[in-house]
Amino acid sequence: MARPWQALTKRRGGSRLTRMDGFQKLLTLLLIVLSVFMLLPIVYIFNHAFKPYHELFVYPPTFLVNEPSLQNVNELLAVTARSTVPMIRYMFNSVFTSVLAVVFVTGVSALCAYPLSKHRFPGSGFVFAAILLTLMFAPEVVQIPRYLVVSGLGIMNTYFAHLLPLMAMPIGVFLLKQFVDQIPDSLLEAARIDGANEFIVFLRIVIPVCMPAVATVAILAFQNSWGNIETSALFMLDDEMKSFAFFLSTLTNNLANNVAMQGAAAVASLIMFVPNLIVFVILQSKVITTMAHSGIK
Amino acid sequence: MSSKAGAAAAKENRKRQTIARAGLAAAPGRSVALEYPVKAEPGRLRLLLRQMWEYRISYLFIAPFMLCFIAFIVVPVLAAVGLSFTYFNAIEAPRFIGWQNFQYLISQDLLFLKHALPNTFKFAVIVGPGGYIAAFLLAWLISQLPSRSRKWFALAMYTPSLTIGIAMSIVWLPMLTGDRIGYLNSVLLRLGWIDTPQLWVTDPSYLMNSMIGVTLWSSMGVGFLAMLAGILNVNKDYYEAARIDGMKSRLQEIWYITIPSMKPQMLFGAVMAIVTTFKTGAIGVELSGVNPTPAYSGHLIINHIDDFGFIRFEMGYAAAISVFLLALMYVSNKLSWGLFGSKGDE
Repeated sequence: MARPWQALTKRRGGSRLTRMDGFQKLLTLLLIVLSVFMLLPIVYIFNHAFKPYHELFVYPPTFLVNEPSLQNVNELLAVTARSTVPMIRYMFNSVFTSVLAVVFVTGVSALCAYPLSKHRFPGSGFVFAAILLTLMFAPEVVQIPRYLVVSGLGIMNTYFAHLLPLMAMPIGVFLLKQFVDQIPDSLLEAARIDGANEFIVFLRIVIPVCMPAVATVAILAFQNSWGNIETSALFMLDDEMKSFAFFLSTLTNNLANNVAMQGAAAVASLIMFVPNLIVFVILQSKVITTMAHSGIK
Repeated sequence: MSSKAGAAAAKENRKRQTIARAGLAAAPGRSVALEYPVKAEPGRLRLLLRQMWEYRISYLFIAPFMLCFIAFIVVPVLAAVGLSFTYFNAIEAPRFIGWQNFQYLISQDLLFLKHALPNTFKFAVIVGPGGYIAAFLLAWLISQLPSRSRKWFALAMYTPSLTIGIAMSIVWLPMLTGDRIGYLNSVLLRLGWIDTPQLWVTDPSYLMNSMIGVTLWSSMGVGFLAMLAGILNVNKDYYEAARIDGMKSRLQEIWYITIPSMKPQMLFGAVMAIVTTFKTGAIGVELSGVNPTPAYSGHLIINHIDDFGFIRFEMGYAAAISVFLLALMYVSNKLSWGLFGSKGDE
């Protein structure tokens, strides 16, 4: 609930709607109208995937499908059956790297954010400034040097090249650091007095208290990794090593003005989108539920 | 960098300490006081090293991130900065030309001076603060709802960022189509606000405004998520205490409790607003469907970088523009941090 005194009235029971005050009702209405507008892309993606060909090219595009059909799904299946590398392999690459990316990006970012925020070690200010500055550098011209680094490290065509470049996610460290800043030093101090070493403090206090930020970073990491085309295009030589996103983009890329395979492409973008949606909903509810018993006082 | 240096320094320090201890053991008659004049010269360095050794755990914590960060971000960025002083066409080896790229950029490059720079300024001045305020307001409104529905509203607001490419081109095209079928035109025509259909995305005088509108619509990104989490994290007791003290309106609550208690998230939102605004580029091309945009009306600095980097293959010059953009963002950041004040320690 928004305000604590409402929590008291909550216990008296009654349905959820009757508990909302007038302001909340008005607000819900307003936000619903706005949400419909914001949700249009999702509506579109879901409908577009099931449009038969004569609907796919209606101009201007329609949001809702009139005669849903599975014809596009069949087309995608036919295309993937023809590809030399089985689709399951691309799928495996993407799922494997995305799961690892979520785990490692959040872990590594949180590990870095904690001392940056709470330990005043020599160089901490410099490191943080560097993280902020690189956040501001346009990514376009960094590609060639990054390619040279990856090939110099000898990790071309390996899963490391999928994973390691993504692990350096300055936004994640920045976000987590801002949340760790809010943890009162007294809380950490109390744990240390009770005999916890820094790792325990980190695992038992910093991570749980900053769960909203950790979940948000995980959302970002998943989005980055799942939709990543760049590492496949630049660092992977063999087709077996490329990601699902890359494979789907090859379907759509050559069809700027092409009629063929637009249906398959529509289904492909739905398949690419759904995991993002699921991960977001799961992790975002984590953000919202952890609030209730957060340790920040 | 500092993590490696830290580890090396720590090792060095340990060696020194053992040497010192061994020395003391070997010559017990020597007074400790005698040692100080000898060590006086590198005293500050020693102090620093000792301090670094004390913080060895901190360096260990940041090491994994820093290694990736240095390899895949710091080194490439430094290389790009280096490239900005060269002529580099991505085929031949870079040729050093000093400040020429920068001189050309700020004195001769008419496209940049007449279009990219003013367009970016206009775009940033509206979208940056506008998106920031909108993100905060929406986050706050959502936080006022019962907790079970919050997730779904958060999802709705974040959707445009989640579906970025699709969102831009497909949802907005039918809205902004130039003939009378376009939703916006048909509504405005029916209302009688316009007499003829307007070319929202191909007319140079409207394109920028359309770009601003669409970008604002999709500006509930990571900054919004952070602010939502920040608002929900504010200690509920404060509101209660304030209510007992006689605080009446929710506006007062926002101003005196919510914002001050979530300063870190506000700051994060501000930095992200600046960064994402200045890094926007594709939107103009996607909306108008032509590259470059009609009469360069939607030409932003990022488009300029793309133009030189990937079309003309003048990587050195593109790098110089990137460095300029970085400076621009840095200045805006300083300005906004100055506005927020109080955060003196960064």
